[in-house]
Amino acid sequence: MRKKKGLLHELSKNRILFLMLLPTLLYFLINNYFPMIGIYYAFVQFDFHSSNLFQMDFVGLKNFEFLWKSGKLLELTLNTIGYNIAFIVLVNFLSISVAVLLSEIKGKWFKKITQSVLFLPYFVSFVILSVIVFNLFNYDQGVLNTVLERLGAEPVDLYSKPTAWIFLIIIFFLWKNFGYSMVIYLATITGISDEYYEAAKIDGANIFQRAWYITVPMLKNTFVILLLFALGGILKGQFDLFYQMVGNNGLLFSTTDILDTYVYRSLRVTFDMGMATAAGVYQSIFGFVLIMVVNTIIKKINKEYALF
Amino acid sequence: MKIKEDSSTKWFRLLAYTVVLAGSILCLLPFLLIISASLTSNEAIIREGYNIIPSDFSFDAYKLIFLIPDDVIRAYGVTIFVTVVGTLLGLLLMTMAGYVLQRKDFKYRNFFSFFIYFTTLFGGGLVPYYMLITNYLNFENSMSALIWPSLMTPFLIILMRSFINSAVPDEVVESAKIDGANDFVIYYRIVMPLAVPGLATVGLFLALHYWNDWFHSALFINDAAKYQLQFYLYNIINTTNFLNSIGAGAGVVLSGPVPSESMKMAMAVVVTGPILFLYPFIQRYFVKGLTIGAVKG
Repeated sequence: MRKKKGLLHELSKNRILFLMLLPTLLYFLINNYFPMIGIYYAFVQFDFHSSNLFQMDFVGLKNFEFLWKSGKLLELTLNTIGYNIAFIVLVNFLSISVAVLLSEIKGKWFKKITQSVLFLPYFVSFVILSVIVFNLFNYDQGVLNTVLERLGAEPVDLYSKPTAWIFLIIIFFLWKNFGYSMVIYLATITGISDEYYEAAKIDGANIFQRAWYITVPMLKNTFVILLLFALGGILKGQFDLFYQMVGNNGLLFSTTDILDTYVYRSLRVTFDMGMATAAGVYQSIFGFVLIMVVNTIIKKINKEYALF
Repeated sequence: MKIKEDSSTKWFRLLAYTVVLAGSILCLLPFLLIISASLTSNEAIIREGYNIIPSDFSFDAYKLIFLIPDDVIRAYGVTIFVTVVGTLLGLLLMTMAGYVLQRKDFKYRNFFSFFIYFTTLFGGGLVPYYMLITNYLNFENSMSALIWPSLMTPFLIILMRSFINSAVPDEVVESAKIDGANDFVIYYRIVMPLAVPGLATVGLFLALHYWNDWFHSALFINDAAKYQLQFYLYNIINTTNFLNSIGAGAGVVLSGPVPSESMKMAMAVVVTGPILFLYPFIQRYFVKGLTIGAVKG
């Protein structure tokens, strides 16, 4: 008689493996799946005195209505997506360029040390980043104003200039994160076979042509993988970066407020739970739909690149 | 035979050295600014602002910090405790998970991998998560609130799975099975020793994350004695800025030791010191992790 190979059979055959995996599965069940029930918070009138979610008053879409009417939703969405697109484009451009240049440097020590230095900012905390920003741009003692004064120019108060922060946030994002993707690109370049370069040399291609026609196209796979990961998270902001650079400085919100910082402030600073939950649910669901759409399109174009 | 370098190669190299050198300087400059400011006397900073080279060299800021070191040491203690416990526990769970998920004879490995991966695609958002930790798990104001949230990530589990998959040949596991070893014995007798480089990489990613975490202190800890190091620093910076703005606005003269400008910078150095010190030794593990993570998804 043929044995039925169902879940139970597998459970008893590999019970030790199951037991070893169980803590991890429970962790994700509690830590990630259980809070999904909490999406219901967005549909109730939040009550600080009650700890039972299902005893709170159901209000339907009222929280979303408030959020929509506040006019913040469009601004937050555009800021979040806008910054992410700028990050994706610039970080890839910069890290590919530097990786290609770095790979052609012959000095072994120079190469090692500079690669380490370029990767270093990734390792410091975002709190240190905020110290750096303060050190550079604070009105009274900042390096920028010290230099400006020495040159005889008027000092600038950047903390009241929202437009400047678009550039500052992008620059500091690059400063902190470009080393990370550069290391990945550099590893891909190291894996390219020398034969291509030798053949191109024999054909008379100079070093610029070799970089442009061999190295850069070889990075396509890595680029696509990194791009798709980034696109999947396009509604998730760099909360640490924005919060540590801007904090609760309302003067700068018009250009620097993203969905994550708004949700955090609603939860911890203004205690506007209705807004916080509604904005959070909007972010989760809209983000999920975006990932599904991107993934479906990719699957149609090239199955191998699909995220799942 | 030595091939003579053509002029385009020379230009390319020149460009490469220039760009890479300039980039490296830009990456280092902010650290130099902080270190320099921490070594400048507070009066000089107030008078002239921050400088790249200390105009009035002084160790006062560091002396001030170590005059009453209790708070710094306590914050260090919290961070070290959270980092060590979190990293060890996370590593134990993730190595077991990674090992099971790469076993070809484990039938539901793809299903369970997706169960874990799916959490990166969709989640409940910050408010339900906050409620989970404070209302349901009751972790508020405890070390658990700092350890639990970062214990495992799908990225690190998948990284661990790839590491074990490439470090441990299937035949080794199979022959051990034939010899009668059970799966757990295989895990800690055979798989763990072979996966040491992977352990180092994943462990360091995790430890770095714990060390640099300030967010979970901000969310879940109200008791200043339990702040992580980074949040302790964050708090000092914000308190001084706040006091300065009140003082300037209302003409209030503050009594007592208000953290000075140079002291803030010295504190930043004290907080980041261990990372900068260890960085040369640990960075290659991160490079390795990124390489494997990117190649194998």
